[in-house]
Amino acid sequence: MFDKILIANRGEIACRVMKTAQRMGIKTVAIYSDADKHALHAEMADEKIHIGPPPAKQSYIVIDKVMQAIRDSGAQAVHPGYGFLSENPKFAQALEDAGVAFIGPPKGAIEAMGDKITSKKLAKEAGVNTVPGYMGLIEDAEEAVKISAEIGYPVMIKASAGGGGKGMRIAWNDEEAREGFQSSKNEAASSFGDDRIFIEKFVTQPRHIEIQVLCDAHGNGIYLNERECSIQRRNQKVVEEAPSPFLDPETRKAMGEQAVALAKAVGYTSAGTVEFIVDGDKNFFFLEMNTRLQVEHPVTELITGVDLVEQMIRVANGEALSITQDDIGINGWAIENRLYAEDPYRNFLPSIGRLTRYRPPEEGPMGGGVVRNDTGVFEGGEISMYYDPMIAKLCTWAPSRGEAIETMRTALDAFEVEGIGHNLPFLSAVMDHPRFVSGEITTAFIAEEYPEGFHGVELETDALRRVAAACVAMNRVAEIRRSRISGCLDNHERKVGEDWVVALQGHDFPVTVKADREGSTVRFEDGTELRVQGDWTPGDSLARLTVGDAPLVLKVDKITQGFRIRTRGADMKVHVRSPRQAELAALMPEKLPPDTSKMLLCPMPGLVVTLAVAEGDEVQEGQALCTVEAMKMENILRAERSGKVSKINAGPGDSLAVDDVIMEFE
Amino acid sequence: MKDILHELEDRRRNARLGGGQKRLDAQHAKGKLTARERLELLLDEGSFEEYDMFVAHRCTDFGMEQNRPYGDGVVTGWGTINGRMVYVFSQDFTVLGGSVSATHAQKICKIMDMAVQNGAPVIGLNDSGGARIQEGVDSLAGYGEVFQRNIEASGVVPQISVIMGPCAGGAVYSPAMTDFIFMVKDSSYMFVTGPDVVKTVTNEVVTAEELGGAITHTRKSSVADGAFENDVEALAEVRRLVDFLPLNNRDAPPVRPFFDEVDRVEASLDTIIPENPNLPYDMKELILKVADEADFYEIQEEFAKNIITGFIRLEGQTVGVVANQPMVLAGCLDIDSSRKAARFVRFCDAFEIPLLTFVDVPGFLPGTGQEYGGVIKHGAKLLFAYGEATVPKVTVITRKAYGGAYDVMASKHLRADVNYAWPTAQIAVMGAKGAAEIIHRADLADPEKIQKHADAYEDRFANPFIAAERGFIDEVIQPRSTRRRVSRAFAMLRKKKRSMPWKKHDNIPL
Repeated sequence: MFDKILIANRGEIACRVMKTAQRMGIKTVAIYSDADKHALHAEMADEKIHIGPPPAKQSYIVIDKVMQAIRDSGAQAVHPGYGFLSENPKFAQALEDAGVAFIGPPKGAIEAMGDKITSKKLAKEAGVNTVPGYMGLIEDAEEAVKISAEIGYPVMIKASAGGGGKGMRIAWNDEEAREGFQSSKNEAASSFGDDRIFIEKFVTQPRHIEIQVLCDAHGNGIYLNERECSIQRRNQKVVEEAPSPFLDPETRKAMGEQAVALAKAVGYTSAGTVEFIVDGDKNFFFLEMNTRLQVEHPVTELITGVDLVEQMIRVANGEALSITQDDIGINGWAIENRLYAEDPYRNFLPSIGRLTRYRPPEEGPMGGGVVRNDTGVFEGGEISMYYDPMIAKLCTWAPSRGEAIETMRTALDAFEVEGIGHNLPFLSAVMDHPRFVSGEITTAFIAEEYPEGFHGVELETDALRRVAAACVAMNRVAEIRRSRISGCLDNHERKVGEDWVVALQGHDFPVTVKADREGSTVRFEDGTELRVQGDWTPGDSLARLTVGDAPLVLKVDKITQGFRIRTRGADMKVHVRSPRQAELAALMPEKLPPDTSKMLLCPMPGLVVTLAVAEGDEVQEGQALCTVEAMKMENILRAERSGKVSKINAGPGDSLAVDDVIMEFE
Repeated sequence: MKDILHELEDRRRNARLGGGQKRLDAQHAKGKLTARERLELLLDEGSFEEYDMFVAHRCTDFGMEQNRPYGDGVVTGWGTINGRMVYVFSQDFTVLGGSVSATHAQKICKIMDMAVQNGAPVIGLNDSGGARIQEGVDSLAGYGEVFQRNIEASGVVPQISVIMGPCAGGAVYSPAMTDFIFMVKDSSYMFVTGPDVVKTVTNEVVTAEELGGAITHTRKSSVADGAFENDVEALAEVRRLVDFLPLNNRDAPPVRPFFDEVDRVEASLDTIIPENPNLPYDMKELILKVADEADFYEIQEEFAKNIITGFIRLEGQTVGVVANQPMVLAGCLDIDSSRKAARFVRFCDAFEIPLLTFVDVPGFLPGTGQEYGGVIKHGAKLLFAYGEATVPKVTVITRKAYGGAYDVMASKHLRADVNYAWPTAQIAVMGAKGAAEIIHRADLADPEKIQKHADAYEDRFANPFIAAERGFIDEVIQPRSTRRRVSRAFAMLRKKKRSMPWKKHDNIPL
């Protein structure tokens, strides 16, 4: 076995690989850029080697620098992680030349699968289903109908030069094929000046389902079931699970066998993934093969018990697989949620900055399930703009899909991340979405269910009552503590009442709270009661409570007369007031937030460098308005629409906070 | 006999109706609560004891004798906030516009006298049209009596003003002399002369909101210490502030049970100082991570943001915090930040509230604007305030402590009790480059040499150890253990006694 391996990557995947290597007794070498000097992966490794400035182009993906680090460290093998150099045949070649083992597939396999057209051809030859289609020129409508019928409806008729949906038609029968061909052709001619048309099978209700394969250099190859990755936002995977709620054993077997056949056909070794698109009738078609460890590999590990990184290292060491296809079963269900440093309330704008708080839920058993969190960041660390915004992969396992989802909900609620914008609330919303829960998902899930973006979650009344009960119980503790201050007028101390009105998300709940040693009982107006138990004390940012019979985990911040509560994707102000306070508060005018559509708001904390316009200037959409420097980068802020600058509130040299108004328009 | 008892109830009911239902409704329509509703929110439920409910004015001019409502436009008395006594007055805009008559002023004076005698804060809720013009000089005399009491009570009991409606003309000077002024956004304003007079005299056209609204006074003038969305929030937050304050200058600051570990380690503080010394970081993160339960009551949050002032608790006991904010103007001292912090330090000293200072200061802001504005004297206010403060003083230098600003920010030389520095501290007369350019003027033409000299200066002074060698820094501490170290320092200082030489009073450079 190797004594020492170098991990040519950063972040969570570098840490993930090191964990296994360290368990196997192999020394690890990290490489790091200037931006990662104190990063978790650099701290975790036995050795770390500096590799250049922050941009990956000048550090992590410079083959010469990585090779130098390998020489300097004396590492015998390299794990590339994913991204960066993981699918770069030149890197594989360089390692081969240097006599260093590559913990991945042979160069030839990387090359073969790296090209879309070649890989499709090879797949077809290996007997893998590919999307049926006709690539040649189509003469006329009748030929189009003939070809369509051969492919089988529905079909997609596409302009060769097409894009953005132009010159694209879907046909479900001969008639539509005839019409579609003609209109596509016309549209293509007028839009692109190129009327060439081709036809391929239209995949309805498409799902992204991929097969994990594992091969050694001794001709053994197995598949480790599938992963469903249909929950994607603009082709970026967000939620993955294994197994897929959609596949039956026959389809799984067929897909698995085809995937292994393809791997064998290209002489694949190590772990790899064959991606398929699957339609509503469980027809599956080859998309591409990823010749590396996938981001979402943990869900496979959780249901098969196989450590894929360990297998990769062993295969790279020339060992034969010690597991056979028969050893691979499906044990329970695993779900992965990718935590991105992207602000869901700002259209998933990447967010950078200091993690002032980062407390993932504890790994290990939780409720009826298990939590695993692959992460590469730490509290006090910096999310930099140079790398992928994914900061953690939260996985849960449980015997069933429903339980795995439930464990994930709790785990997400218990995950504390502050200082940057992140998609935790969005993930919570997906985990509660009835369509996700039903398993009736396609790759269009996010686009269809969140067409206007994500704007938080409105909880159902039952959930609101549970939060209300929790807040009343917490508020009682906080108010009693306040009354225990020194300097009280003896015998005239404040008595904290039992009657309260909780206001949240537009609902008012008048309640009565009675407490005993074990907890509080909150009685609602309709006579129903909820029991609240937990050890929350004022100042705790996380409340782990039991409300009724079920756990409730809340992120808690103190606000005037109540709390800001975040749970299940909702972010709400909860006011807990005495009945009289509530009565008087109801008299207060509702203040609408200012209309910011006619303002230029500062999108990040930074320094105004220059102003490109003056008060009274007419500006056009897209015109540069001012430059704000943040994190040593100059960001040009542009006009979202045409208008006239009515007022400028900031000048060069001013430091601004997020949402400070830089200028206003008429 | 019963009839007589009934009559009392009738009279009370009458008094409680203030200016009548119509005017009470009008007050609500303006988004404001009535004088009595406000007291209900400010004080513990059922704790208000009203005095002088039946006081009526004695004016007989201009037909005033026809209209002598009970209470005379102000509700006064005492009650408790979380069980601790406070005296209150709440002006009633529904009664003669809350205007101040001789008797109205007399009611306020009565509770102020009681407050000073019995040692409890005074909280005034201001909502008044101004002087009762019909009374002429009697009204002015009334104001004067209140002013004199504000002055005498200053430093004896905390005085808090909440501006919840108009407060104009001479009336502004009573709040102006109290310790804290809070305003309600959109429904309160304060100015010496209103928009109409401004227009006549200076031709400036300005709205009442622009001239003296909550935004103006919290951001521009610094007259107000904070602003809140509405009456309910304002009064709840005043209650929260009172929880931090001692009742009078003879009492210790309050202590309450706390749910936090004294020796809580915050590993993330080890990385709060950026690698690049010219990059900012948010000092508030440090304050929140040091404080009990991350609870911080900020004073003048919107003004001179290059310095942060406010209250936290350590081990349940109030501590005043002053901290440079590197996020704004690099955390430098200037006229505004010096004035803001000086006033805060003097408040804390007057009421025996220990002072915690976090230092990251590159020096004083240069420029004609500052010099012409008198930064010398304004800067000296903070220096003076720190030097005269005899309360426990603990200082932590996180990064820069340059030049005179090092001395000002609660240095050892101003009798701070415990001075800590993080290993990232740089205590020097100035930044390395500037220093090199002065010491090695002969090499000015050669940037390479200057850089070398600068590096040498930095090696020598860009650390806390020279100061530590001299004992100006008592100990260099790990950032992560700041909470424990600071808490223990204040625990050690609980019985601190220190007095200044006898004087009638000092002569702070005002």
